[in-house]
Amino acid sequence: MTDTRPTTTGPRPAATPQPTVRTCPFDPPEEYRTLREQAPVTPVTFPDGTNGWLVTRHEDVRAVLADPRFGANRRAARTGAPVPADTPLPPPAPGMFIFMDPPEHTRIRRLLTGQFTVRRMRQLIPAVERIVAGQLDAMASAGGPVDLVQDFALPIPSLVICELLGVPYADRADFQRNSSTVLRLDATHEEVQQAHLAMSRHIHELTVAKRVAPTDDILGGLVRDGRLTDEEVAGVGALLLLAGHETTANMIALGTMCLLGNPGQLAALRADPSLMDNAVEELLRYLTIIQFGLRRVALEDVELGGHRIEAGAPVLASLTSGNRDATQFSGDPDQLDVRRPYSSHLAFGHGIHQCIGQQLARVEMKAALSALIDRFPGLRLAVPAQEVPMRDDMLIYGVHELPVTW
Amino acid sequence: MKVIVDEDKCVGAGQCVLAAAEVFDQREDDGVVVLLDAAPPDALHSSVEDAAARCPALAIEVLQRP
Repeated sequence: MTDTRPTTTGPRPAATPQPTVRTCPFDPPEEYRTLREQAPVTPVTFPDGTNGWLVTRHEDVRAVLADPRFGANRRAARTGAPVPADTPLPPPAPGMFIFMDPPEHTRIRRLLTGQFTVRRMRQLIPAVERIVAGQLDAMASAGGPVDLVQDFALPIPSLVICELLGVPYADRADFQRNSSTVLRLDATHEEVQQAHLAMSRHIHELTVAKRVAPTDDILGGLVRDGRLTDEEVAGVGALLLLAGHETTANMIALGTMCLLGNPGQLAALRADPSLMDNAVEELLRYLTIIQFGLRRVALEDVELGGHRIEAGAPVLASLTSGNRDATQFSGDPDQLDVRRPYSSHLAFGHGIHQCIGQQLARVEMKAALSALIDRFPGLRLAVPAQEVPMRDDMLIYGVHELPVTW
Repeated sequence: MKVIVDEDKCVGAGQCVLAAAEVFDQREDDGVVVLLDAAPPDALHSSVEDAAARCPALAIEVLQRP
């Protein structure tokens, strides 16, 4: 593991398996610490059986994600059936701009960035706070224990993204089920394709309706704009719908569990609510729910950390590991510290694909967590922490359910 | 300090606005960075450097002048 001599033959056959097993629900697998210190750019075998490289230091993760020599069109890292290495990469599905490189990526992303500016997202704060208050009212009248995922964490971002996109919230059962399939590590390639297709078909039907009866929402705007095909609008819509509710829902639920498990930090937040902006950044860093990182592919031979990454080799940039790198974060990065000074974390990724909805996520997390701890001073888990079902089996980490009472 | 932004590189993440709202804004229609002050006062230098460090697209350049 200490061999960092330059190589000239790409991934070595003696690759170690990519670490995937956690020993603590809030910490990445322990192997990452050793990797960061001894083999920060290292050959690994991914769970799908392919060989590539794992990058674990904050600095290197940022370097990979900001480097145009690493492309974004890659096979999803899954635990399903291995794909033969010589199978050509299919083009990304229409509208799936997270798997595209410039200029195609730029063409699509630029049509959306105006909808997610800091100013626009801040204008949503009163509406998000109303949604949060409504969910808390319903929880209070139902009485505990409740599942915080179903009754709070999932409805808030789902209601908001539905409203922004112009998707009926009544359709949520279908798209939440399809999102789950896409994110399940044990889903087969066919199941994932089917779920993607169903989501896109759903959005496609909505866009056709919006052409007949124009609406003032993101999908309505894309239809009116006319620069994307119907298939592209459907792909963009499905992507934003999935990314807009699954990620934030898990940050709210897992963030709550984490605060309950760190009572000193929770008390500090209750004593000084002005810490919440900083606490949101710290929870994003500490929990990093894109649990296996972001996968790229070398478009040419690239030197990285003393290694030669051969063109075509997949590279996994570990966001969770980079976010625990002691050379980047002051104090002990393995401890949650809501007062930790901000230092660029990787929770939203880095480079041209950095999360387009990050300002919305911040607004939603702050509104949800602030109101939740304010409304229920006695909030606590309704089951022992070790009985909470963790999402080790999903691309986006978090909790499957979180029984709480107050 | 002199600040230069590259509109073509900008991906509209909004990180610069969070770091230094006195110096950076975003265009209404496409979210691309707007430079409000190309020569910010000393008191803002560290937040401008933070904005440049945060920018995921490396679209902000800071030139130090003696």
